[in-house]
Amino acid sequence: MTNHWNDLKNSDCIMAIGCNPAENHPVSFKWIEAAKEKGAILIAVDPRFTRTASKADIYAHIRPGTDIAFIGGLINYALQNNLIHKEYVREYTNAPFIIVEKFDFNEGMFGKWDDNEKAYDMNAWAYAIDESGRARRDPTLKDPRCVFQLLKKHYSRYDVETVCAVTGTKKDDYLRVAQTFCGTGRPDRAGTILYAMGITQSTHGTQNVRAVAMLQMLLGNIGIAGGGVNALRGESNVQGSTDHGLLFHQLPGYLPSPEYSDATLEATLTKRLPKTNEPKSANWWQHGGKYAISLLKAWWGQDATAENGFCYDYLPKRSGNYSYIYVMRKVLQGHVEGLVCMGMNPAMGGPNSLKEREALGRLKWLVTADLWETETSIFWKRPGVNPKDINTEVFMLPAAASTEKEGSITNSGRWAQWRYKAVESPGEAKSDLWIIDQFSTRLKAVYAKEGGAFPDPIVKLAWDYGHEPDVHRVAREINGYFTRDTSVKEKDKTLEFKAGDQVPSFTYLSDDGSTVSGCWIYCGSYTREGNMMARRDPTDLPNGLGIHPKWAWAWPANRRILYNRASVNRAGEPFDPKRPVIVWNQVEKQWQGDVPDGGAPPLNDDKGTYPIIMNPEGVGRLYALTLRDGPFPEHYEPVESPARNLLSRVQHNPLVKVTSDIEVDLDKYPYVGTTYRVTEHWQAGAMTRSLPWLVELVPNMFVEISQSLAKSKGIRNGDRVRVSTERGSLEAFALVTARIKPFIVEGRSIEQVGMPWHFGYAGMATGDSANILTSAVESPDSSIPEYKAFLCNIEKGGKRP
Amino acid sequence: MKISRRQFLIGGLTTTGMAASKNPAGAASSDSPELRIKGLKTTTTICPFCAVGCGMIVYVKEGKVVNIEGDDLSPINQGALCSKGEALFQVANNNRRLQKPMYRAPGSDRWEEKSWDWVLDRIAKRMKETRDSTFMPKELNKKDGKEYTVNRTEGLAILGGASLDNEECYLLGKFARSVGIVYLEHQARL
Repeated sequence: MTNHWNDLKNSDCIMAIGCNPAENHPVSFKWIEAAKEKGAILIAVDPRFTRTASKADIYAHIRPGTDIAFIGGLINYALQNNLIHKEYVREYTNAPFIIVEKFDFNEGMFGKWDDNEKAYDMNAWAYAIDESGRARRDPTLKDPRCVFQLLKKHYSRYDVETVCAVTGTKKDDYLRVAQTFCGTGRPDRAGTILYAMGITQSTHGTQNVRAVAMLQMLLGNIGIAGGGVNALRGESNVQGSTDHGLLFHQLPGYLPSPEYSDATLEATLTKRLPKTNEPKSANWWQHGGKYAISLLKAWWGQDATAENGFCYDYLPKRSGNYSYIYVMRKVLQGHVEGLVCMGMNPAMGGPNSLKEREALGRLKWLVTADLWETETSIFWKRPGVNPKDINTEVFMLPAAASTEKEGSITNSGRWAQWRYKAVESPGEAKSDLWIIDQFSTRLKAVYAKEGGAFPDPIVKLAWDYGHEPDVHRVAREINGYFTRDTSVKEKDKTLEFKAGDQVPSFTYLSDDGSTVSGCWIYCGSYTREGNMMARRDPTDLPNGLGIHPKWAWAWPANRRILYNRASVNRAGEPFDPKRPVIVWNQVEKQWQGDVPDGGAPPLNDDKGTYPIIMNPEGVGRLYALTLRDGPFPEHYEPVESPARNLLSRVQHNPLVKVTSDIEVDLDKYPYVGTTYRVTEHWQAGAMTRSLPWLVELVPNMFVEISQSLAKSKGIRNGDRVRVSTERGSLEAFALVTARIKPFIVEGRSIEQVGMPWHFGYAGMATGDSANILTSAVESPDSSIPEYKAFLCNIEKGGKRP
Repeated sequence: MKISRRQFLIGGLTTTGMAASKNPAGAASSDSPELRIKGLKTTTTICPFCAVGCGMIVYVKEGKVVNIEGDDLSPINQGALCSKGEALFQVANNNRRLQKPMYRAPGSDRWEEKSWDWVLDRIAKRMKETRDSTFMPKELNKKDGKEYTVNRTEGLAILGGASLDNEECYLLGKFARSVGIVYLEHQARL
């Protein structure tokens, strides 16, 4: 989230699109209701009438996969009706920037498409540069080649009629959404957009989120209290796991992981660290070298020196996209010998479950660490297979629960909170910390003793966390410390640090080997003053905005609202004095309120900086340069869709690689399928389907269908039904409900079939898995599967075909 | 006077607010039993389910969790929990919890109970065998014909992280990269 949970109470208008906070983040509703008590409007945009919809002031029905049409229409509405925050757009976004003549958009395609590469030439999307190397700009926003005019032109095609024909939303409902939400473009109004898997799990998922960010920039809602672009993340520490770089393309702190062509550290940093000719841009990623080197020092300690590029060679270099789907495909092809699953259940969580389960059988060995048996750890004895045919060696390790270990986790609002061990684990179960420490220390020992393939990165890895190991040692390394006595000049004083002292903030991290830091964005979380994540003072700031600066610790630098410099004008005055996130104190020459996003004085000052510090331009990108499928989000249909694309002749995202298991024959699969979650179960189900209280509440797998579909198929509530797609079929109970309604697509009524995906064959309460139905067709930017929109059929009766 | 819920339960009252009861809060009296949580050791934790990050208080008696409830001090949830958080007690106390390392031999139809030493030594052996036979110090690039230093293995993969603590995630990534693993992914991708 750019903002955080408590901040929701500050909003005038909350739009929940592709998410269902009432059911999946229930306690967040406290803050939504706090906003409503002050008169805020809640808008729910969802294919189903969910519990969130039941509490909303406005509900908009939307066909799965049509979110860009929906948001694009709001962008158009805001532009056509002059509802944007003009000063904000002019000063804090790239609206005035001029784009090169080569940029073009025609009939669903951006220029220039290379049919050999099956990709766009992104050089055609660049800013036009002046002699000083800065982007040329027109502050009047009138130049036909400026971003603002190109944006207006692009979304002029998203008129209300066309949008509603695509999304299936009732025109009256859509206009109410548009009027209400776009009304937050006023400087004294705050609108927030909440989103989750409903918009990310799509072959245009990244562009969906882009569209949300663009709308918020146009309305001046980023950086303000009650505003922002707010992802409702799904697991208690998926934020932390992302922060610590557990994805193939990242290192901790969102540094990119190196590729084969990144031959040396120096060349890599020169190539990848952005430069800017914009004098007032903080361009924060220019400091990336200090963070990368501090990370390498954390990993290879004293062996990492300037002479050897800080052991940069030890880092593995990738040669492609190794995302989850790719990895599981390699597993299926027998190219991966060994897989370690730390609290992850690919037999449940990945698309096309039948293939995932088959893939596991191609492994030579599998290690799992969980609190329970899971579909993954017992895949070899799942229903329908003979264990004799499966040669995978499986090690199922018993893991500790959250109440049995100490450490920190980071919520969706970036708050890292420390938690404590209450009891010992049952039997011989151990924490993941202990398990990983054992993996590493034993592998180090055996390589030190026997040698083998390039042992150095393992043998020389700096790994000393004590016998148990000590989680505080790890937390201190993540924050970082000085490797030698260091003096730092800070304004008018000199600060002295001794070797081993914790680094107080990432502004002190260095590229000369004098600092260690396992994750620069967590620098400041564990300082000389102690463990900031363990703080328990709930006092709010005098501004009453729910900042709670001394409760736990938020990254970065305990800043609670990102980009908060965009909440003030060039003189440092809040656009909305009633919601003053930061205020410039002219007398003391410092900011008050939240931690400012860049401590420089206001923009008008000589030393002032632009608010969007992580972009080299310093301003927000209404027009994006770096997304492979286009600088502006464009509506395309999901890969399995019942509808023709009404916006252009290009049916789906041109960069998507359509997999062989896709089927768009509506005679075979006439209904739109989608998956979602319930309050009582969680993700792949291992953590909830063995808890009697929760199983009592939701004991069985079910699918939801409309009353009209039920009638036409002769299905009654509670009947056993069979749902099928090109990938497979499942059996479940039918739940016939008024909450689901068909969509009108070009005059035809298209029904939908929705279902939770929590069930599997392991645990106390079992059932068929929704992901048996989904396909591994993925988004070209993020490689996320399109779980939310597919084509299916449904028949009464429980017997499989 | 404003009393916190926890003070009330633990019995931190000394004022006339409790004038009606002759006994200190938490003690048994003729019309109500003693609170089960009286005098118990407490720790705080954060809910392991969604990413709201609700605070919780865990009550322990004789080494067992006897109660888990919302932490009223947390500004995020102010003591509230949803049905999953409320059921965390049944994660702490559950006879389906794995308690011993288990091993399944190739082609076998059952689990065998093993010691930690046994499984961890064998896992290290497997990791080394796989890494040694699949490690690529260099790679010939088909497009430009040049050889690049890659120092990676594609024979090993690690999945997971969203349910691990930050410190565990950090060590998992550090370990994975030291081994040359590039197939490193988790729930965030899905």
